Amino acid sequence: MSVLLSARGVAMHFGGVAAVDGVDFSVAEGELRGLIGPNGAGKSTFFKCLTGQLRPTAGSILFRDRNITGMQRFAIARMGIGIKTQVPSLFDGLTVRESVMIALRRFLAEREARRRAQAILERFGLDGLAETEVGRLAHGQRQWVELAMVIAPEPALILLDEPTAGMSAEETRRTAALIRELNARHTLIVVEHDMAFIRAIAHTVTVLHQGRVLVEDEVAKVLADPRVQNVYLGRQVQPA
Amino acid sequence: MDLLVAVALQVMTGIATLFLISLGLAVIFGMMGVINLAHGEFLMLGGYAAILSVRHGINLWVAMFLIAPLAVGLFGLIVERLMIRRLYGQMVETMLATWGLSLALIGIVTMVFGNTVGGFSAPLGSVQVGKFQFSAYSLFLIGAAGLLAVLVWIVLRRTPYGLLARGTMQNAEMAAALGVATERVYAVTFALGAALTGLAGGLLAPLSGVVPTMGTAYIAKAFITVITGGAAMLVGTLSASVLLGAAGVLGTFLTTPVLGEAALLALAIVLVRLLPRGITGRFFQRAL
Amino acid sequence: MSRKLFLEIAIALFLALAAALVLPRVLALFALINATVFIAMAVLALSLGLIWGVGGILSFGQTAFFGLGGYAYAVAAINFNDSLYAVPIALLVPTLAAAALGYFMFYGRISDVYVGAITLTVSLILFNFANSTAGEEWRIGEAPLGGFNGIPSTPQLNVPGNPDATLSPQAIFIVAVFALALCYILAKLLLAGRFGRVVVAIRENETRAELLGYDARRYKLGIFSLGGAIAGLAGILFANSVFVSPTMFSLFYSGQLIIWVMVGGRGTLLGPILGAFLVQAVTTWAGTEPRLNPNAILGILLMLAVMGMPRGLLPTLRLAWGRRRGVQLA
Repeated sequence: MSVLLSARGVAMHFGGVAAVDGVDFSVAEGELRGLIGPNGAGKSTFFKCLTGQLRPTAGSILFRDRNITGMQRFAIARMGIGIKTQVPSLFDGLTVRESVMIALRRFLAEREARRRAQAILERFGLDGLAETEVGRLAHGQRQWVELAMVIAPEPALILLDEPTAGMSAEETRRTAALIRELNARHTLIVVEHDMAFIRAIAHTVTVLHQGRVLVEDEVAKVLADPRVQNVYLGRQVQPA
Repeated sequence: MDLLVAVALQVMTGIATLFLISLGLAVIFGMMGVINLAHGEFLMLGGYAAILSVRHGINLWVAMFLIAPLAVGLFGLIVERLMIRRLYGQMVETMLATWGLSLALIGIVTMVFGNTVGGFSAPLGSVQVGKFQFSAYSLFLIGAAGLLAVLVWIVLRRTPYGLLARGTMQNAEMAAALGVATERVYAVTFALGAALTGLAGGLLAPLSGVVPTMGTAYIAKAFITVITGGAAMLVGTLSASVLLGAAGVLGTFLTTPVLGEAALLALAIVLVRLLPRGITGRFFQRAL
Repeated sequence: MSRKLFLEIAIALFLALAAALVLPRVLALFALINATVFIAMAVLALSLGLIWGVGGILSFGQTAFFGLGGYAYAVAAINFNDSLYAVPIALLVPTLAAAALGYFMFYGRISDVYVGAITLTVSLILFNFANSTAGEEWRIGEAPLGGFNGIPSTPQLNVPGNPDATLSPQAIFIVAVFALALCYILAKLLLAGRFGRVVVAIRENETRAELLGYDARRYKLGIFSLGGAIAGLAGILFANSVFVSPTMFSLFYSGQLIIWVMVGGRGTLLGPILGAFLVQAVTTWAGTEPRLNPNAILGILLMLAVMGMPRGLLPTLRLAWGRRRGVQLA
């Protein structure tokens, strides 16, 4: 398996605070990687460095053997990295169909984009809501709309920041199935707090703690690792 | 040598004037994140308050230092209650509503007092620098600007109100959770900014004369100075006043008054482009 | 093209045709020239409606491009002695100015308040500059800039290629009506297309648009430059019904402009046009009442709009209409 993305010594300091403090991390093509860690471990900040929303204060990021460190976020997106943010980031004033169309129209002509948008809406069970304004949707539906937009351009690498946050048990099951299905064609990195969910989808898991990589191994080994248990239980957050 | 002193005095007067017309706006922007586009008319009201008091036989210094700030401060309190408070957190809406207030004030004052220039001559006579005449009142303005800067610093650093206000500015929710009446803090802050503006209007009245539309000449400069200064209101406004005021006066000295003002504005644009969060967004970050 | 869009364009053309046929016959000359000014201002309002209402960029100095268009037209028309060349120049100058300013602002990733401050500053610089051009040394070719008096001898449009055949006020009114209709239709088509959709998406959520691969800076620059061009066209029309003077750059006009768009409704294209007509009608009426001051009326109107009807007239009416019919608004 060839390396799709690799980060070397990536750090992000805000004033005197190091949110990410020298992370070495790499993902192979076709992998489905879990990224876990207690609150404040630096997961979301690390994602922002990968997508160009933040310019890391140190280190370098290679994607498909090209250095993307400090590149504009739209340029990184065009290279094939998509992100679903923790709080859904949507076009509230547009309809569901228009939102998906925006995602597709960057590289497709109108007619082909319409066809693909329809297919994606059906796949996500959103075709009934296609003409509804996104701002009027319920929380769970908003999650699906964002996923639909992110997946529409078929990025090589998809970053999912807590995809099941606020979802019902049934929606979580559907999301797990969807992620496995996506993994057939895309590489994924998934940040999650729900350990059962991580166990269900991921093979390899990286644990971040205080801005650094604490452990990286198969999911069962990681969850059994006393250091990991210590990090979570010591802070009394979300026991595994 | 005389020329150098004269130019230096000019420059300092320019800086002091800019600082005076911007300070009230800066306090309100820095503490509340509100841009008050009726700021120019607050200056105008200060000028009218001073002039009307003098015409009614009140001592000139009392009129400038007491009546102008009190009247405009009180007016600010009313505006805060009726308008600013309802739009809190909506920056663009606040700008638009205060612009409406600005136009309305120009119109109403014109309807009441007419469109003619009122004024009173600057007190204190003049001083001689070599072969150059210099208005002593300008020197007094420089001193007044310095004094106001120190005063505002003391109020914010050394009084209980200052502590509450800075706490509210840092984190309004937390302050509220700790029992600070943030609404009252905002009201007092807005009134304080308005009072400072009224004072500046009173102080500048002898130099500029007073007309209903005088605010439009000031608002843009004040707005730009504050924006160029950035988040730290005192240091930001001071440093922006120094840079822009010096550019304006030197530009005027070397070319014409109009090009001097253009130099001031052009420098502001360059500064904003280079420092998108203002001077204090990059330098003096921990300052007030 | 969707049926709704086709219908809207047809209605716009029909209204323009009706106005062009009827009004020059029924209105007295003075009223007709006033109507031309109203239309010029409606075009200006459309330009701000496009960049602010659609693009989310609040320009406090849209009059900069209005004035530049007017001045470029007057200067070029005097020098070339034929409006055939003056019109394209008068469209080009404000477009390029807007593009340069937009590049400076959007590629610097300056936030909203700062964009407001910079646009305001630029219109102020131009206002000061235009006011200071009194005297013989301030002329471009044959055209004296005239300081605060402006250029009272601003030439009228002429039949292309025939400088002696200047258009009558009636003809200029008709030109203005169709210019407005054309701008409206162009804007409608633009909004329905890819560019317009992306501009709206960026207004809604710039971060998400960029994370989907769109360079927001380029789209903002595009819509801002287009706004500059349309404001320039408004300047040409204004120059033909009044004459160019520094007041075109003034805060008084930029303020009114924002009020028209605010009252009419942001986010729509028809709203700013209606707002311009309505508010101008009110201020013109106030101007004839000696005890009223137009500034007071405008200011109170703006405060009421912001506090009481922040969506603006047209969207509020639509909402009420939709509710009455029990229809969900798309």
